[in-house]
Amino acid sequence: MNPQIIVAFVVGLLFSAGLCLSGMTLPQNIIGFLWLGDWKPALMLVMIGATAVYTVCLRLTLRRGKPMFAAKFELPTNRRITWQLVGGAALFGIGWGLGGYCGGPALASLVAGHIETLVFLVTMFAGMYASKVLIKT
Amino acid sequence: MGDLGVYRPLLGGAMIGLAAALMMLTSGRICGISGISKGLLGYHRGDFAWRFAFVAGLVIGGTVYGLADPSVFRISTDRPLGVIALGGLLVGFGTVTCNGCTSGHGICGVSRLSRRSIVATVTFVGCGMLTAAVYHFLAG
Repeated sequence: MNPQIIVAFVVGLLFSAGLCLSGMTLPQNIIGFLWLGDWKPALMLVMIGATAVYTVCLRLTLRRGKPMFAAKFELPTNRRITWQLVGGAALFGIGWGLGGYCGGPALASLVAGHIETLVFLVTMFAGMYASKVLIKT
Repeated sequence: MGDLGVYRPLLGGAMIGLAAALMMLTSGRICGISGISKGLLGYHRGDFAWRFAFVAGLVIGGTVYGLADPSVFRISTDRPLGVIALGGLLVGFGTVTCNGCTSGHGICGVSRLSRRSIVATVTFVGCGMLTAAVYHFLAG
């Protein structure tokens, strides 16, 4: 089997465990960060922990000529600030603030079976499809 | 899960960062959840299996963790389903339009000091905070 497939599965497991441990599977903790009136810093700490580790690991990784199981590193080269970037981010932020969900936590909590999670995932994929069809990025 | 404290979010965040770094080291890819799952819709041949494996890992990882600690799925927000549905539509539409999300832009892009990702992250966090405030005053 393609090693990329096995690694992708392991990455998903580890990512999910990190989401659960850090409390990010609970929308009340997301809203707790976004609603400044009763501020809970957990999400900020998650981002600090994640970016610190990623930054160090990335620098070490990029010293290699290539990834372990692929031909090259796929790093984005586009640098332009476009209306799609800002507008899309704004809409994402609004949606995130309304429900307290984004893709990762919803997928991690799928089997818990909450109707909110299922509704979110279905509408999220619908919204993704709509953007694919309507917007050219 | 009451007060999370400092260590759980930091450690959980470190695990997330490590997971994302592993994706780059092994496959050379940005670990952006919205980008990876978007690719399941209208995928190219040869491009489906690793995406599906990643999503399966997310789902199974959470499932196993939840068996050990069910409190991670004890939701206490009380948003109407219509609000959740609108949230989902906007999250889906927005992340594809801006080509990223909290993991792709917020972690991977910001770590690379990508101007696009910094702009995107500031924008979605800012709009999230504004939205949470408006919701609180209108409906909270």
